[in-house]
Amino acid sequence: MGYKRKALILNKDDFHKTLRRIAHQIIEGVPQVSKICLIGIQRRGVNLAYRLKRIIDSLEKVDIPLGTIDITLYRDDLTAIGPNPEVRSTKIDFALDGKIVILVDDVLFTGRSARAALDALMDFGRPEAVKLVVLVDRGHRQLPIRADFIGKNIPTSLQEEVAVKVEEIDGKDEVVIWEKD
Amino acid sequence: MWQRRHLLGLKDLDKKDIELILGQAEYFREIPRRQIKKVPSLRGKTVVNLFFEPSTRTRISFELAAKRLSADVINFSSSASSIQKGESILDTLKNMEAYAVDIFVIRHSFSAASVYLAQRTKACVVNAGDGANEHPTQALLDMFTVKQRLKKLTGLKVVVVGDIAYSRVARSNIWGFSHMGCEVWLCAPPTLLGRDFSALPVRITYDLRKAVKEADVIIMLRLQNERQSEKLIPSLREYRQHFGLNPDILKGARRDAVIMHPGPVNWDVEIASSLKEKIMPSILNQASNGLAVRMAVLYLLKGAAE
Repeated sequence: MGYKRKALILNKDDFHKTLRRIAHQIIEGVPQVSKICLIGIQRRGVNLAYRLKRIIDSLEKVDIPLGTIDITLYRDDLTAIGPNPEVRSTKIDFALDGKIVILVDDVLFTGRSARAALDALMDFGRPEAVKLVVLVDRGHRQLPIRADFIGKNIPTSLQEEVAVKVEEIDGKDEVVIWEKD
Repeated sequence: MWQRRHLLGLKDLDKKDIELILGQAEYFREIPRRQIKKVPSLRGKTVVNLFFEPSTRTRISFELAAKRLSADVINFSSSASSIQKGESILDTLKNMEAYAVDIFVIRHSFSAASVYLAQRTKACVVNAGDGANEHPTQALLDMFTVKQRLKKLTGLKVVVVGDIAYSRVARSNIWGFSHMGCEVWLCAPPTLLGRDFSALPVRITYDLRKAVKEADVIIMLRLQNERQSEKLIPSLREYRQHFGLNPDILKGARRDAVIMHPGPVNWDVEIASSLKEKIMPSILNQASNGLAVRMAVLYLLKGAAE
């Protein structure tokens, strides 16, 4: 059984506008810019966090600390998604204590990745607050988790897949919905 | 993708497997630097260190690796056990297995002991050294250290020097570095080399100067104390003269050559103590790399078992 392309949700232009809007919302919603740090969840959350950093840095003339976090070792659904996902880099080389962490992921779905990322973050210190940014919220939560900043809400069925593509990994910026054949 | 349930030796692995383990180990290096030096990956799993032969370093390294992954760890050592009452190693294993053990880490003085036990258990098995056969995680951490320092693992000249005939570290390194496309040289007195190495992918020389010339990697092995009483070497002094690494011999190697030793070092026997300052940091680095490599191995095996 394969997947077929159902709809283009964000093209390159929309993709960039959405990121700029989220950056503005973060600055508006978190007035203490000096406390902000961005942490991207592997894999594509890392690229999105980097883009947000560039926008916020240039708007506010700051240098926001940027980190990456891999949640493989914290997941509770490994057997559900197949054996042995490879561990990727976690790199947070600044203290989290007292920081307002902006956690960045591409898609919010069941909420299990966000839960794992929160657990992982707590092993690095005690942030003052953690806020969640997602490019797409596709619904179907299995845990009591919500995002603070959302690029686009897309109601989906479980027969569908939301694919966020980024230039650095996939060669283009776009969001597409695929449907099971 | 990792599919194996056991890690018994490097002979049967291929380049891809080794690259995967070393690549994953890279990401485990960061965990001991966190405020909370632990991840929940093996939470609810039980790891038993089944050590039928004395060991401090390897046992501690495996114990810490399992604990950093949140596994429950039991240390078994044969000197304080029913083995003393005549229980067989298989019975010991089966008794442990009744506690729903997920991973056995096995050290034994007989070659292929871990293979024997792996064929008879449902749990995963990691060979932590079996007789003169293999000690795969030691060789993996050696390779990891080399990759870290030289940024590559292929096309290197690797020299293994010393007490080779009885060395599982030497055998695992021969297989590991050969799989990665390195040229492996052995250098030792004939009495410590044995005859079976001509069948392995190695070059042999009795001249340390020649062996070390242009070498990228030099692995010095520990000379076991009993070798002298076994009349395998005439004297420590003569051994040192012909097979001891000193600053003069080292000049022939490449300037960035990585010098390693599985420890503990007999200073002024296999390595001149004047090299201590130069070599010690690299030996301690091997230890912290060993932890990362063992965490990666436990993680991969547990994933394959599910």
